[in-house]
Amino acid sequence: MTDRVVDETVREPGPAAPETATSDRAPGALARIVSLVLPGVGHVLAGHAFVGMWLVLLWGALLGSVWLGRDAIRAIGAAGSLDDWVALVTLAVGLLLVWGWAQRDLARADTRKAAIGDSQWRIAGRHLRRDPLALAGAAVMLGLYLVAVLAPFLAPYDPIAQGDIVATGFLSPSWEHWFGTDRFGRDVLTRMIYGARISLTIAFVAVTISIILGTLVGAAAGYFGGKIDGALMRFTDMVLAFPRLILLIMIVALFGASIPLIIIVLGLTQWPSSARLVRGEVLSLREREYIQAARALGYGSSRIVLRHLVPNVLAPVIVAATLGIGNTIVLEAGLSFLGLGVQPPTPSWGNMVADGGQSLIGAWWVATFPGLAIVVSVLAFNLLGDGLRDALDPRLRT
Amino acid sequence: MSQNGIPDSGFQAPEQNARSSESGIRSPETGNRNPESALLEVRNLRTYFDTERGVARAVDGVSFEVRRGEILGIVGESGCGKSVTSLSIMRLVPEPPGRIVDGSSIRLRGEELTTATAKRMRQIRGNDIAMIFQEPMTSLNPVYTVGDQVAEALRLHRGMGRREARAEAVGVLRTVGVPNPEKRVDSYPHELSGGQRQRVMIGMALCCEPDLLVADEPTTALDVTIQAQILELLLELRDRLGMAVILITHDLGVVAEVCDRVAVMYAGQIVEQGTATQIFGEPRHPYTEGLLQSVPRLGEKAERLASIPGVVPAPTHWPVGCRFHDRCPYGWDRCVREHPPLLPTPDGRVSRCWLEKEPERRLDSPGFRALGAGEPVGADRERGVPRGTPADVDAHDREGNAR
Repeated sequence: MTDRVVDETVREPGPAAPETATSDRAPGALARIVSLVLPGVGHVLAGHAFVGMWLVLLWGALLGSVWLGRDAIRAIGAAGSLDDWVALVTLAVGLLLVWGWAQRDLARADTRKAAIGDSQWRIAGRHLRRDPLALAGAAVMLGLYLVAVLAPFLAPYDPIAQGDIVATGFLSPSWEHWFGTDRFGRDVLTRMIYGARISLTIAFVAVTISIILGTLVGAAAGYFGGKIDGALMRFTDMVLAFPRLILLIMIVALFGASIPLIIIVLGLTQWPSSARLVRGEVLSLREREYIQAARALGYGSSRIVLRHLVPNVLAPVIVAATLGIGNTIVLEAGLSFLGLGVQPPTPSWGNMVADGGQSLIGAWWVATFPGLAIVVSVLAFNLLGDGLRDALDPRLRT
Repeated sequence: MSQNGIPDSGFQAPEQNARSSESGIRSPETGNRNPESALLEVRNLRTYFDTERGVARAVDGVSFEVRRGEILGIVGESGCGKSVTSLSIMRLVPEPPGRIVDGSSIRLRGEELTTATAKRMRQIRGNDIAMIFQEPMTSLNPVYTVGDQVAEALRLHRGMGRREARAEAVGVLRTVGVPNPEKRVDSYPHELSGGQRQRVMIGMALCCEPDLLVADEPTTALDVTIQAQILELLLELRDRLGMAVILITHDLGVVAEVCDRVAVMYAGQIVEQGTATQIFGEPRHPYTEGLLQSVPRLGEKAERLASIPGVVPAPTHWPVGCRFHDRCPYGWDRCVREHPPLLPTPDGRVSRCWLEKEPERRLDSPGFRALGAGEPVGADRERGVPRGTPADVDAHDREGNAR
């Protein structure tokens, strides 16, 4: 608070919640020392319960993964696959990042400036913090991605190797197999963990492709207008007019089902909606005076679009992307369910549901747990998306 | 390449001789001109918009010039073409639907801008001509700090590095009078007040030291005390940097305060042009007279303010004859038939009015004051006030509400 500028023409930052008031308290030496051992606890001691809680959760999850995967980690040196190495590096980097960030954040807490440089993102962040549903969604999402990346350490069994069908097939949930086994005697939990990998990767990459493409097309159409707009938007309409599922089925039938192909097809059919969204935003933004001012300063078109327009449409795009990931998970599951997506034995939530569907009466667990995973993850993405929309759009804030 | 053969790059001296012969014909339009020091020369500028209801002749034959270090005021009601004139100079009129008609000429130091390439125009914008806008609330990008935005202009036009530009941005903010610039440089626009944002805008516009600043209603959205500060700042920067300013406004008080010369625009044309002293001392054109009488003055008795009846006509259908004839208290049949050219006045300015040919008619008419103004407010409102005046409109409203 010491360096807060007080002159009458400067506005106080609006929703400076009580959190900022407490965060100006200097953390004691005790908090710092505790934080060296247990990141997050130091924050709690210093009065930043919110940040501290998250740090403890993250730190705990990462340490837990190390403990669970201790055997796998030991084996990496001798016969580690690429997957194992990626997981190991992620784990190590994650631990280091959480620890380092905790120390830095705690040390900075007393010198943090509250009065100046409050960006829209930070204001949105403060609003998001007060939305428990969105936070729960974010936590589930973060957990899912952690599980997906750390799959080799967390999964108790091999996802593909078949056991003795008679002895281990269709075992009901037990302590050895939490979610039971399928008809080939494979552990359902293990296959779900590996399936999360496939499903989330497909959804994430496909949505990233579609968002980037859609943003560029929409921004160009909206900013340049006229013939360029007409051409781009008619093309967009054309893509929208294609029945998506039938297009997907056709392409898979023609070229066979492979994961990269599915990603590309999903990405290339989803961009029109974000292109329309971005175009609409840009149409109104380009009449703003700061865009006029940028042109009056002699900035080129590409600079204006990429540096001045795109960051301003990012908020709705992020919301659309978050909701889009949920949709894409469902779509991929649907494709795999129909046998057009990820092909067995590679597990994905969709083909696991399809697989277990045949034995739903006798062994309900085979299809139920992957189905629940789809529901929970889509719900998480939707909750987070809704929360982000509320936080990022000032008109929706309460 | 520009029309008159001057290469696009470089800042060589304008070719005065090549120009003076053709522009000499039009010299009465601008009065006492001194071609030696003209920085910007606008000749017969016509900017039309193709609309569904016909061609909107938003700017229709405007000529003026701006000299180095001079402040030219362009005044007029809303819709008379001020802003389109300024956007035309910057070549920022959206095309289509807008277009600068062939035969228009805008020359900056002799370089023709109407035919300059898009690339050359980008160099000129910011470097040679800068512009500031009316609405400080939305004229800064909300996602970047003001320091970033000033630094971006510096890096682009002056080729500075990241650190250097940031340091210079602090200097720019200090120059335009933002308090505590070392801290303010990290502020986002929403953390600044309107006046401060306008200062930042001015800083961005001026950081590359342009020769000409086009200020489109820079103080309209600000309250009066801040207005004065911003004008003060513009004057100070003009003196320090020696730049010329085109100040577009409908606030006559602002014009009287800072302008050297004034051009009054009506219906897409300049109707009167002269020095500020001339215009404010003794307006020649009836429109100027009406504008001046519409300004409330301190110290006068609380009388009903004079006003010009009616509104600016639609730019797709300018009236035949004198474009002001339907709102003019002096008008006679000649005004309806013939469109007046800019006529020289005895004191060396120009006025687009037939009164310059038949000055005795001025005395025959009581002027704007007779149009319902001059009576005390209140008691006389209900009786005896001629139709077509604001008082009349008020009375109608009242009746309507009472019913």
